[in-house]
Amino acid sequence: MNKAIETTDPADATYGPDHPAPVIEPPRARTGRSPRTSRTNYELYGWVFMRMSGILLVVLVITHLLIQLVLDGGVSKVSFAFVAGRWASPFWQAWDLIMLWLAMLHGGNGLRTIINDYAERDTTRFWLKMLLYTATVFTVLLGTLVIFTFDPNIS
Amino acid sequence: MATPTLEKTSGTAPSADEHLVTVTFRIRRFNPEEAAEAFWQDFEIRIDPKERVLDALHQIKWELDGTLTFRRSCAHGICGSDAMRINGKNRLACKTLIKDIVGLKNGVGTKPISVEPIKGLTVLKDLVVDMDPFFQAYRDVMPFLITKGNEPTRERLQSAADRERFDDTTKCILCAACTSSCPVFWSDGQYFGPAAIVNAHRFIFDSRDEGAEQRLEILNDRDGVWRCRTVFNCTDACPRGIEVTKAIQEVKQALITRRF
Ligand code: SF4
Ligand code: FES
Repeated sequence: MNKAIETTDPADATYGPDHPAPVIEPPRARTGRSPRTSRTNYELYGWVFMRMSGILLVVLVITHLLIQLVLDGGVSKVSFAFVAGRWASPFWQAWDLIMLWLAMLHGGNGLRTIINDYAERDTTRFWLKMLLYTATVFTVLLGTLVIFTFDPNIS
Repeated sequence: MATPTLEKTSGTAPSADEHLVTVTFRIRRFNPEEAAEAFWQDFEIRIDPKERVLDALHQIKWELDGTLTFRRSCAHGICGSDAMRINGKNRLACKTLIKDIVGLKNGVGTKPISVEPIKGLTVLKDLVVDMDPFFQAYRDVMPFLITKGNEPTRERLQSAADRERFDDTTKCILCAACTSSCPVFWSDGQYFGPAAIVNAHRFIFDSRDEGAEQRLEILNDRDGVWRCRTVFNCTDACPRGIEVTKAIQEVKQALITRRF
């Protein structure tokens, strides 16, 4: 037996052929007025940077975590003296500096991508990205400053 | 000649619909002339499980509810007009057999089959969506032959190997199953989407075409291939079996090798 099963049909007398309900449009549909190409390679470089920095970061961060948290007594050994000792060598200074920059730019660019994907309104998108850029620049500058001006004899 | 007729008449009447099963179709309905909200409606029908979802939709429209609205034209997987979300996956209704998507127990479907419009495009009525943004992205990648110089006096020849290079992407029927299965497209309709990239790929890798650089430049932009997250929904959705994600990756690769 063929039959239509009665379901809750929210028929509403306020809509009709002459005054239909509004349809729900997806955010940012493509139209003839969508922006034309900007002729930059920015997105390309961003994409390549994410792959390259990702590979480097795996090495940098895992080694960093091993030294800080696992080897030689684990986290309990980390003290001011330990940090001062490591940063006495330009090698570890450079290591930490590269790690800081790569991690912040990698994470920042990743978040920028997520904001581009998920922020629906242009103003939300803009302000979220401004917040992100400010936080990234601040952290990178502060970290760099600390690495370069670190004074082991501070009292 | 006489034998088949004989066999037919010898079949007993009660068993005529023995091969039919009872299946419930749960269809997403929306009619802006009646209500602002979309809702689910169940239709229980008796149908041969070897029929397609499109046949079931026809049966519902012709026998139960004439207001059910959907697009179809060829009914044989060629025109690309009946892409819809069937049991949560983008499929062509005319290529999806009911027996492949329903669990049966004693001739009754264990679960309803859900049918909804494809996502990421404006729903106009029931299963019909506004395809304009989709075709706009298609137009924006210039899906036509671009050449320089004078028109040749004879046809443009191509080796079999050169033709093979882009064979996969020539199969596209512009059904939008891929683009409307892409989560990046759902959240940002300005993204060109897999279908436009597939059709750009078809010309970028055509040895007779000279507009590859222009198309690559368009796809190199903010809404181009770099937004692809290799989710593979498009490859899964494509009713033509095109390796959509692979085509997108090939465009990325072409951009990288040309720019470095
Ligand atoms: S690539 Fe496949 S899924 Fe996408 S529009 Fe073409 S035929 Fe449809
Ligand atoms: S009706 Fe033409 S592709 Fe399904």
